[in-house]
Amino acid sequence: MNKRKFQDKLIEYIFMLNGVIVVAALIAIFLLLLKNALPAFKEIRVVEFLFSARWNPTSYYEETYGILAMVVSTFMVTIGALVIAIPLGIGTAAYLSDVASPRVREIAKPVVEILAGIPSVVIGFLGIVLVGPAIAKLTGQYNGLNAINGSVLLAIMALPTIVSLSEDALSSVPKVFGEASLALGANPWQTLLRVKIPAASSGILAACMLGMGRAIGETMTVLMATGNAPAMPAALTDSIRTMTATVAIELGEVAYDTTHYYALFAIGLVLFVITFVINMISDIVLQNYKKKTSY
Amino acid sequence: MKKLSILFFLALAILFSSGIASAEMLQIKGSDTLINLVQRLAEVYMQKNPGKEIAITGGGSGTGIAALINKKCDIANASRGMQQKEVASANAVGVNPTRIAVAMDGLSVIVNGNNKVAQLTVDQLGKIFRGEVRNWSELGGANMPITLYGRQSNSGTYVFFMEEVLKGDYSSKMKQMNGNAQIVEAIKADPSGISYVGVGYVKKADGVAVVMVARNANSVYASPLNAADVDNGVYPIARPLNQYVDGTPTGDVKDFLTFELSPEGQAIVEEEGFFPLPKEYQDFNKKAGL
Amino acid sequence: MDKRKFQQKLGFMVLRACMLVIVLILIVIFTDIVTKGIGKISWSFLTQAPRNGMTEGGIFPAIVGTFYVTMITALFAIPLGMGCAIYLNEYAPDGKRTRIIRMAIRNLSGVPSIVYGLFGVALFVNMMKFGTGILSAGCTLGLMTLPWTVTASEEALKAVPRSYREGALALGASKWQSIRTNVLPYAVPGMLTGTILGVSRAAGETAPILFTGAAFFLPGLPKTITDQFMALPYHLYIMATQHHDIVGVRPIAYGTALVLITLVFLMNLTGIIIRYRLRQLKKD
Repeated sequence: MNKRKFQDKLIEYIFMLNGVIVVAALIAIFLLLLKNALPAFKEIRVVEFLFSARWNPTSYYEETYGILAMVVSTFMVTIGALVIAIPLGIGTAAYLSDVASPRVREIAKPVVEILAGIPSVVIGFLGIVLVGPAIAKLTGQYNGLNAINGSVLLAIMALPTIVSLSEDALSSVPKVFGEASLALGANPWQTLLRVKIPAASSGILAACMLGMGRAIGETMTVLMATGNAPAMPAALTDSIRTMTATVAIELGEVAYDTTHYYALFAIGLVLFVITFVINMISDIVLQNYKKKTSY
Repeated sequence: MKKLSILFFLALAILFSSGIASAEMLQIKGSDTLINLVQRLAEVYMQKNPGKEIAITGGGSGTGIAALINKKCDIANASRGMQQKEVASANAVGVNPTRIAVAMDGLSVIVNGNNKVAQLTVDQLGKIFRGEVRNWSELGGANMPITLYGRQSNSGTYVFFMEEVLKGDYSSKMKQMNGNAQIVEAIKADPSGISYVGVGYVKKADGVAVVMVARNANSVYASPLNAADVDNGVYPIARPLNQYVDGTPTGDVKDFLTFELSPEGQAIVEEEGFFPLPKEYQDFNKKAGL
Repeated sequence: MDKRKFQQKLGFMVLRACMLVIVLILIVIFTDIVTKGIGKISWSFLTQAPRNGMTEGGIFPAIVGTFYVTMITALFAIPLGMGCAIYLNEYAPDGKRTRIIRMAIRNLSGVPSIVYGLFGVALFVNMMKFGTGILSAGCTLGLMTLPWTVTASEEALKAVPRSYREGALALGASKWQSIRTNVLPYAVPGMLTGTILGVSRAAGETAPILFTGAAFFLPGLPKTITDQFMALPYHLYIMATQHHDIVGVRPIAYGTALVLITLVFLMNLTGIIIRYRLRQLKKD
């Protein structure tokens, strides 16, 4: 009997080890990024790194490592993407949860999932051959490799996250909320707008934040479709270069263990921290939401 | 389900067991200007020498040189010379880069086919790409803003052009394209665009015009499409395309390099749109025993 | 018409339009790639190596490379993902430990793919000296797919009715015996397909393999697991941006894109069908 108990406990620990590895992986990513990023600051001043807009590791005169322009660029395409994806995503989520018949839903949900499964490099490719030229024509530019192109493509990438998580939030609003509203004489549209969406708002907010995290971290689409000019962007029609694209372009060229190499890890660290914070905030928002709606 | 997992592990077993019989493969890495040329050379070489295998990776000259320093490749393709800093960090890890020139390239400045500006001096080019001259009207062209296209910083062409023409930093407004071909496409579509690419890329391209370039206002304007002008140095922005190896080339590396420099190899160089090595660089290569 | 009714009609129309836009996006993507890529698809395109400066021939090495890497990814992510899911769903009480593990999983799924690439270079390529090759790339992707495999496995475990476990426990079985005999047999098919589906998403990733092993061109297939490899998504990236004749090889790029999305589409379809069946199982 004792032996059996021991065996049982041992097996539990083996499974627990898997969980521990997952946690350790996250910590390892952070620590390795930190370890490879810190040496950069022996030669680069932190203030310069964060607030200078000049990133030029191959300068004719003196190497400069300022990430401000690429941070601004990253947020510029991300916000552009969210402006497109949030209304579209929430609208679709509301349609799926409140308007569509069960049969339509069975067909429509896989559509969203397939969209989520399209590799980013394919989206980037379409940005070059399809979306870019169309945007060039619409905006009267000669070249469509710019921030608008990036925003449109990132919107496509962020949409599935926003739709499926918002839909989850909407359909987990307790049924009694809707029923009470309908009983009071409101029609389904008013119920959706005034009762359900407000009740699900924190869940929807979390969905949008995760969509934002997705857009910030996306690499291939922006690398291929935004033109990669390292200047501080002034307009949506400017070519921009994001943090992710900079790492993708330059990591291949650096000699290991040089300031430039470390600086790229520092960018990685900044990216990691940004997405981590976004995740944590949406996590907290979601936890509160679950507490509020659990009966 | 059982069948699926059996299949899965069978495939894995094959993958791992096949690992025992491994052959040494020659690794070549670097410049995108050189990659298509070297890939063609390698293809023909491998056809002639069954059993010899060469893997080729692009990513830019900086990538290749970094790989040589990190001991990740046997031959680094570089469309520029190694910088002192790079030589120093190579020496620091016990790598002694030896340079071999394999072909000549006239770096072509290209504009849209409809652009009336047909000739520029090196000084004017510098001003354009540093962002000091911003409108075509200042250069005798139409009144429209200049749009700059260039390569990314991992490109040897980027560095060579910066050191030889700009002698300063690029305007940060320059769009940084992934490869030479993407530049040609962009210039075709953009009447206000200007950029620079290896001559191999413009020989077949239509819709773009190659600008004649002069060393200064008093010298002759020459075209990179003219082989003689590139060879004798009249065309001001010509450069040798290099390969770097660690130490003096031996064995398979030497064998492949010898093939590249043979008349047959140099014929492929011409087919791919570049120029065969002039005497000056043939002599230079002799120092490396080739 | 009643104003309220009109509002509702208009509102629902807008929502329906949102859905239609998404459907339209998907249709545009698929028709563009299918119509322009289908002409390139042939037996020889799928089974031959690129030739003549990659302007002719097929994409066989890229297909094989992607297959190999995905295998390593599976080998890395499936056991770990399943184990973690079993712990979370069967053992761990809803407490601090589970919360931390779940939080880690959610955060891992939010880490940008290029950061995984950086991590792969630092850990597998440099620290563990795997070099750039299938092994490094596979491990990097494996780590990236962990959150997906855990979630998929948990879904399958949750589909097994509580009563199965309780029945075994009531008969005096130990926890592990109950899991082994009354949970896993029902859950494993779902877990496997779910995780394979999760892993298959790794097949489409480019950023994590850029610096951990993907090659522009290789003369033959990889021979060992530390060899470099060609991969479908990376091949598409090159064909679209870096090849010396991007317009000339555009059909090849479209063909590659078609093969890639077909792969993803088939995997997704399998997953959807499996999940549908699982739901039926739960209903019984």
